[in-house]
Amino acid sequence: MNDRAADTRSVVVEREFPYPPEKLWRALTQPHLIEEWLMKNDFVPVVGHRFNLRGDWGGVLDCEVLEVEPHKTLSYTWNFAHDDAAYNLQSVVTFTLTPTHTGTHLRVEQKGFRPDQKQAYGGAHAGWRQFLEKLDQVVARAE
Amino acid sequence: MSKAHDVLFRTLADPTRRAIFERLCREGEKTVGDLTARAGVSQPVVSKHLGILKRAGLVRDRHEGRQTHYSPQLKALAPLIDWTSQMTGFWEDRFDRLENLLKRMDQ
Repeated sequence: MNDRAADTRSVVVEREFPYPPEKLWRALTQPHLIEEWLMKNDFVPVVGHRFNLRGDWGGVLDCEVLEVEPHKTLSYTWNFAHDDAAYNLQSVVTFTLTPTHTGTHLRVEQKGFRPDQKQAYGGAHAGWRQFLEKLDQVVARAE
Repeated sequence: MSKAHDVLFRTLADPTRRAIFERLCREGEKTVGDLTARAGVSQPVVSKHLGILKRAGLVRDRHEGRQTHYSPQLKALAPLIDWTSQMTGFWEDRFDRLENLLKRMDQ
């Protein structure tokens, strides 16, 4: 199957926060706040604005703002260029905020990876930790 | 499954070898002597395992005087990590941080 849609996979993570959408929106769109939970950046909430996210592992992601609907939707590209094709990553990240009785439901979807994409450099930290935890379990069972 | 996967799985399938690699990941650079002290096998056996780990790209050696120091190469594990679980873990981790940040923000 070479269907393009079939090659696209996505990751969805959702969580409910006990705060109004306006507060989450600030954390998602103000550079000094983005830095505190995501990465260093020069983000501006304007469609077409190009910016970088700089990870503490040294990687730099190339991003472009695609959609800004205050307090509701924020979307930007999340691309990582690397000489080694196995590390290349082209994706779009979309945050969707939905008000609830007790706060805000936040959903992040990341999709559009290359078909040969086996890993995402942007998630290196969490990935290694998970892998080592698994390795730890395997070793514990082997002992 | 790719050849790179085969080599990594074969290399990490041996429990003694995996324990050596895991200890390097956990504690950082070590000499053969350091590793032998707790491996439960002889020094030549540890050396043999380190050679196999090195050929798989999982460890790197550094010579200093008469000692050889071995360190783990986490990059070599990259082909084994599926990006979907990796990014899911990444966003879960970032949402934890976001939650902490929101607690500290006023309004």
